[in-house]
Parts: sequence; C-alpha cells; structure tokens
Amino acid sequence: MLTSRHPLIHLLDRGAVLFLVLLGAFAIAIPVLNLLVPSGSTFHVSTYLVSLFGKYVCYGLLALSIDLIWGYVGILSLGHGAFFALGGYAMGMYLMRQIGTRGVYADPILPDFMVFLNWKELPFFWYFFDHFAYAALMVLLVPGLLAFVFGWFAFRSRVTGVYLSIITQALTYALLLAFFRNDFGFGGNNGLTDFKDILGFNVQSEATRNSLFFISCVMLAICFLICRAIVTSKFGKVLVAIRDAESRTRFLGYRVEAYKLFVFTLSACMAGIAGALYVPQVGIINPGEFAPANSIEAVIWVAVGGRGTLTGAVLGAFVVNYAKTYFTSGFLAEYWLFMLGALFIGTTLFMPRGIIGTYNHWRANRAERKDAERDGAPPLASPRAAE
Amino acid sequence: MRALYDRITALVFALGLLAAVAGSAHAGPYEDALAGFTTDSFTDTFEAIDGVVASGSPMAAQLLEALQDSRLQFSAAEKKVFIKTRDGALLDAATGEPAVGAPPADLANVRLNNRLRGALNAAIGALTLMAPDPGRRLSAAQSVFRSRDSSALPAVEKALEAETNARVKKALTEARAAIIVMSDDASPDNKIAAIAVIRDRSDQESLALMSGLPANAPPEVRAAATDAIAKIQSNLAIWRTVQNFWYGLSLGSVLLLAAIGLAITFGVMGVINMAHGEMVMLGAYTTFVVQDLIRTSFPGLFDYSLAFALPLAFIVAGAVGILIERTVIRYLYGRPLETLLATWGISLVLMQAVRAVFGPTNKEVGNPSWMSGAFDLGGILITYNRMWIIIFTGIVFVALLAMLRYTRLGLEMRAVTQNRQMAAAVGIRTARIDALTFGLGSGIAGIAGVALSQIDNVSPNLGQGYIIDSFMVVVFGGVGNLWGTLVGALTLGIANKFLEPFAGAVLAKIAILVFIILFIQKRPRGMFALKGRAIEA
Repeated sequence: MLTSRHPLIHLLDRGAVLFLVLLGAFAIAIPVLNLLVPSGSTFHVSTYLVSLFGKYVCYGLLALSIDLIWGYVGILSLGHGAFFALGGYAMGMYLMRQIGTRGVYADPILPDFMVFLNWKELPFFWYFFDHFAYAALMVLLVPGLLAFVFGWFAFRSRVTGVYLSIITQALTYALLLAFFRNDFGFGGNNGLTDFKDILGFNVQSEATRNSLFFISCVMLAICFLICRAIVTSKFGKVLVAIRDAESRTRFLGYRVEAYKLFVFTLSACMAGIAGALYVPQVGIINPGEFAPANSIEAVIWVAVGGRGTLTGAVLGAFVVNYAKTYFTSGFLAEYWLFMLGALFIGTTLFMPRGIIGTYNHWRANRAERKDAERDGAPPLASPRAAE
Repeated sequence: MRALYDRITALVFALGLLAAVAGSAHAGPYEDALAGFTTDSFTDTFEAIDGVVASGSPMAAQLLEALQDSRLQFSAAEKKVFIKTRDGALLDAATGEPAVGAPPADLANVRLNNRLRGALNAAIGALTLMAPDPGRRLSAAQSVFRSRDSSALPAVEKALEAETNARVKKALTEARAAIIVMSDDASPDNKIAAIAVIRDRSDQESLALMSGLPANAPPEVRAAATDAIAKIQSNLAIWRTVQNFWYGLSLGSVLLLAAIGLAITFGVMGVINMAHGEMVMLGAYTTFVVQDLIRTSFPGLFDYSLAFALPLAFIVAGAVGILIERTVIRYLYGRPLETLLATWGISLVLMQAVRAVFGPTNKEVGNPSWMSGAFDLGGILITYNRMWIIIFTGIVFVALLAMLRYTRLGLEMRAVTQNRQMAAAVGIRTARIDALTFGLGSGIAGIAGVALSQIDNVSPNLGQGYIIDSFMVVVFGGVGNLWGTLVGALTLGIANKFLEPFAGAVLAKIAILVFIILFIQKRPRGMFALKGRAIEA
C-alpha cells in the first residue's frame, strides 16, 4: 500500500512528522521562554531547566541509538553508555584544553589534574584536542572505531543474544575500571570538569546554554531522520529480517555480519554525539558514566517508550528521566529505586511494546476491526509482533 | 672470658634446677638479682636480667615477661620489685604471692632501652629453650634465631643436646647457625656449615640474615653466602608462585560459588538472572540475622552459627528465587533479553528493600573461632577462612554434581537442558523443572552468600561486586556442564592472581575481561559448550 507512494512520504509518516514538529516547537519554545520572557513571569523557564532539558535531549539521542540496534536488529547492547561516555570524554578533552591558563595551576598546556600528578608533558592522545574540528572528529571516530572493532569480532563469530549483552556489559565495565585509574590520563576518579569556554563562548552563559540546547535538538532531529531513512529503506527491511530470523536471512544470502556491523557502528557514533553534547551542558564527565547500571537504565528508556518505534525511544528517555528528576529531588528519593525496578519489571511483563508501540498496536487493531465490520467479516487475529 | 662464662652458665643451669627443687623460699641468687631492678639504672637492670636468668628461679619467666610488657614495677624506697598482672593485680616478684598492704607510693615501671630489650628477648629465649612445652621451646628457638644474640649460644647448644622433638631440634640448629654466622670468632669452616643450614631454611628471614653478613667476613664465607642468597631467592620465588596459586584458587572458588547457580539456571532455562548477585546478598544477610539472634539469645552457639545459616540461606534465597520465577520469569520464556531487563529490575528492588530494612552501611558478620586465624605452610601463610571456603566450595560442587547425576530431578534437569521439546514430549513437566532449577540456582547463591559473608563486607551492594565476574565465568566456561564452570572459575581466579603482581589489580581485571571478549570469538559458546545441531532462529 505504502510502496506506491513517494519515498519521502514513506520516510516521514504521520508519527515522524508529529515528532519533528513537537521537537521543533520544543527547541524554539524553551530558549524563547528563557531569554525573552522576564524572569518574574510564570512562563519563564530558568537556565537550570534549559540545561536539564538539554540533558534529556542528549539522553533521547542515546535512547534513539539504542533503539536503532535493539528495536530493529535485535542487538541488546548493555554497554552503550560506554560509547556515550567516550564521546563525552572527547568533548571534555577539548573543553579542558580550552581552559588554558585559567586553571588552578595556570599551566598553559597541561590540564590541572596532570600538573597535580606531576606530569611534565601532554600525553600523545591529548594532542590536537585544542582544535574543535579534531575533537568533533574524535567524538565520532573513537566510539565508532571501538564499536567497529568490537562488533567485527563479535558478529563475525556469531555472538548473539544474551552472550552479546553480557560481553558489551563487560566492555563498559572494563572501561569503567580503566578510566578510574589516574595513570590512564583522563583525570581518574574526578574525570574532567571546571570547563570555561566552548568555541570561545562561556559555557556558563545563558546564551551558550540555550544554543547548546538548540543544537542538541537539531542533532536529535538529524539523527532521527537518518534512523528513519535506514529503517524505511530496503536495508531496514533486511535489518528487521535479521532481528526476526537471523539464520534464515543468512541462508537467503544476506551478509548478516556486515549489516549488523554497519548499524552497530552508526549507533555508537550517535551515542558518541549524544555524550559530546551532554558534557558541556552538565559541566562534568567522570568514569561513573561507564557504569553498567547506566547502560541498562538507558535500555529501559527505550523499552518504556516502545522499541522499534524510534519516536518511542526519545519519549521514553524524556518520561523516565523526568520522573527520575522529580522523584530523586523530593522526599520520595528513597523509593526511586523501587519505582525504577518496578518499571523494569512492569514494562517487560505488561507493556512489552512500550507506550508508542502499544498505541500503534491499538490503532492498528481498531482499524482492522473497522475494516472487518465494513466488510461484514469477523475480525482477523492480528499478526503478533515479532519479539 | 667466654669459656668462663660458658662454665658459669652451665653451672647456673644445674643450680637453677636445684633451686627449683629447693623452692625459692630462702634468699638466693634470684632475690639478689632482683635488687638490680630497684636502682633505675640501665646497667644494673642489664645485670639483673642476667642474674635472674642465671638463678633459674621458677618466677624468672613470669618476671621477664612482665619486664618486656612494662608491667614490672619497683619501689626504690622499699627495695622491692612487683609484677603487675595483666588484670592489674600486684604480685611480689620475690615470692609470686599477691603483695600485702597498700602499694608503695613511689611505685614506678622498670625502664628499658633498646640494648636491654635485645638482652631481654635473648634472656627470655634462653629461659624458655628448656621449657617442658615443645611449642614454647620452638618459639624460643625462633626468637633466638631472630636476635642472633651470641650470649644465647651456650644455652642453645645445651638445649640442642637434650632436645628430642625433631621440629624444635631443627629450629635450634638454625638458631645456632644464625649465631655462628654472625659471631666474630667462629672458624670459616663452621660458618660455611652454618650458612648451609640457614640456606636450607629458605625464607625471608634467612635472606635478611644472609644479606646482613658482616663485610669483614673471609672471602670463602662471603662466596658461600652469595650462593646461599641465590638459592634462597629462587626458593622464595617458588613459594611466591605457590602463594599466587593458592590465592588464585581461593578467588576461583569464590567465583565458582557465585557463578555455579547462575550456570545452572542459564543452562536449563537459557535466561540470565541479573538478580543472581542479590541472592548472594540475601544469603549473606541471612547469616547476619542468624548471628545476631545467636549473639543475643544463645551466645554459646556462636561457633555453630554458620551451620544454622547455611540451610536457612538456602531456603530464603531459594524461596525468593522460586517466587521470582513463578511471578515474573515464567511469563517471559522465549524472550531472554527481556528476562534480563526484568531481573535487573528485581535486583534493584531487592537491593533497595534490603537497604530500607537493614540500612545502607556494612553489617558485621563474625568468623567463628574455627574460621579465624592462620597457619604457616612452608613459605606461605594460609588463613583458615579461605581454606574452609575452598573446601566448602569443593563439597558444594561435588554435591551438585552428584545431584545432577544420580537424582530424578537431576536427570530431568539435564534432559530439559539438552532438548526442551523432547523432554516435554516424554512427560517431564518442564515448567516444574524450571521453577525448581531456578530455586536451586538461587539457593546455591544463598549459601555462596554465607561463605562470602566470612571474607567480604555484607552490604546491599555485595551482589553487584560479583555479578559481572560470575557472568564472565559462565560465558567463559560454557553452559550445560558444571565442569565448564569449575574450569572457568579456577582459570579466571588463578590468571587474575598471577597477573596482579605484574599489572596491578585493576589492570589484571581489565586484561581478563579483554581476554574473555577475545576468547568468545573463538568459542562463542564457551569452553565446554553442549554439542548439538540446534541452531538459534
């Protein structure tokens, strides 16, 4: 039915357009409400909230990258936080180099923690990070390369299912341990913080924060469109085939490993971008971002919103993180982990399709019933969505 | 001078025996020596120590020990010496009876300096070299070996002649050798023979002794010493290897305990239980509760607390496991990735629940007396709790193996592991097997918690520390075969401990993780994978 239409219509179905419109409105409304509405007004959005929403948008992008591989290819990565954190560290290194002589030790080249550790010169992997273009390249390249090498090994030897999940978790755990070390050269326990400038603009200023928020929304929109383009193409159909019957797809002559590797690497790059945008808005990156628990939490955002829907992943990230901010700041803080745990259990048991997935399913059912009533035939059992 | 001294000492020993027989009621050399402690002069104290040793009085050991612990007090005015016992009572040093009357006003501790301490150690050593208890003789010989005090030589030689116990005899020979090597007037041949004795002892102390050889020693002695040092060092290296192996075995057995339940559930049901670590934690908290109850109500039973805790932990964790299986996991069969997420949620809830009930801080779980302490085995120190955990792990492993091999449940579990549909077709109630397997796996995690409570902090995060390592064991060892888990756990434990000296603890762990990630490229289903034609969709 859809194939007869223009590919662009296919790419931008109603849900996608609605998502982009809402995202656009959000991206414009928040800075307007922050900058133009006087701070006394009820409609004023504080700069703190701008950064908070910016953080959510970055989480949304991370969730999107997980949905692309989990929802469409069936790869459950419990280590996507590692790619997010690596992108964040690349950006953090750029921001550290921008501090220059304004650090506590006022060393023009070395970041404070290196002076503190008595290092005499910059390690080679910190070279060129004073150029934004180089840092931006690294934001994509480092997570991408790691994902490529890791995926190349894993997919080639057909490591799938829970085995893959477990070794991705081991990957992020190993990185967590490594980044905690002082001699690893990334600030150890404290990570990178105390940033001053990004591209010459003060990181703390309202204008920069609003710009970062806006840029995050734009990046989310671009990545969303890339994901849509992939999953609505023929390539995307093969991905879904791999998810539902990997061996059969292989027997049909598709090179399953190559498909998986491409999507996995792309997804890691997106997670890296999310991390890079996250760091200047939050103002710190430390090894805690590598914690396996963070990666699993990101997976639950996708599950709550609805995997295999893209929009659902972003929605899930927003909803869960808003709930987290709301509950952990009040007297309910003690119960947050109960709620998060219940969310994991409840979503998998009672709402495996997630919010958007359940809604789509309900609409499809209703449409089918209507069709059936019109034709006078009894309603068909709807085909079960593949798990 | 020395010959005279020797003769005096020999005489003194004989006299000492006599004096002991005659009793210390009348004034003798012991009482005379005591006076030396009352002048508050280091020289007099030194002589008094010698005098007390020479007197052979039965009070001598008690007196010298008191002096060593600064419990020996004197009154210069009354010219009397008192021993303060560990519980604060005051004894008259001359008679050993409790002091009569009020303590003198000018009571002060007998002071020591380093020279006196050395002499005192040697004196106590010499005094106890002839003690009736072989354990005391042994420790006396060892203390002489450490002090290398040449004045103890006659006593050592005398003791050596009388000694019948082989271990003590060896220690005495070594002590004599140590004195000879360090003395100035022994002949080079004697010294070389002594070096040979010390070389065979081969530990850190003999290495220190050899390295401290005086620079003015004859060249052939120095050469012998250099040889001995090389020999001792290579010996020590071997012991270090043995020690690494032991530590690795200990770590491996802990990993095995934590991972074995996981391996069973993963093998039978194909699900990863992320809440497995919390079952371990529940077992540890069960131990805490049991010990708490015993401490408050039946303190006499404390040594048996683990015997009560073991079955309870198995029941508690097993029951929670079955509850989880019946309420959550059975609805998720065929969806392993979602099981993983749901069980992660369960682990969050369990951790927070324990935190809410017991608080976030570490709980103290005590070692029963038979699990505390340590003993020397060759060149390494073996702690009892590690040793018992290794033994306990062995028992659990063998019991599980036997259960799988010889019981009906074990047979059915193996059948379901190999082919679920076929097992169901021949009439095995697979749902029941699933629940029991999950209960069994969780119960074993619970008793692993009892063991871990003896060596680790009992906190709500206890399980989190083991869960990734347990996964690594299961992934590395393969599922469906307990031997895979055994080999996997021990390999990882030992590899970790052997890497640690070179790379440090964190890098060793990273290296192991990277190794496993690479390893499963070669064998994606682990070392001991089930063979079959099944292919995953």
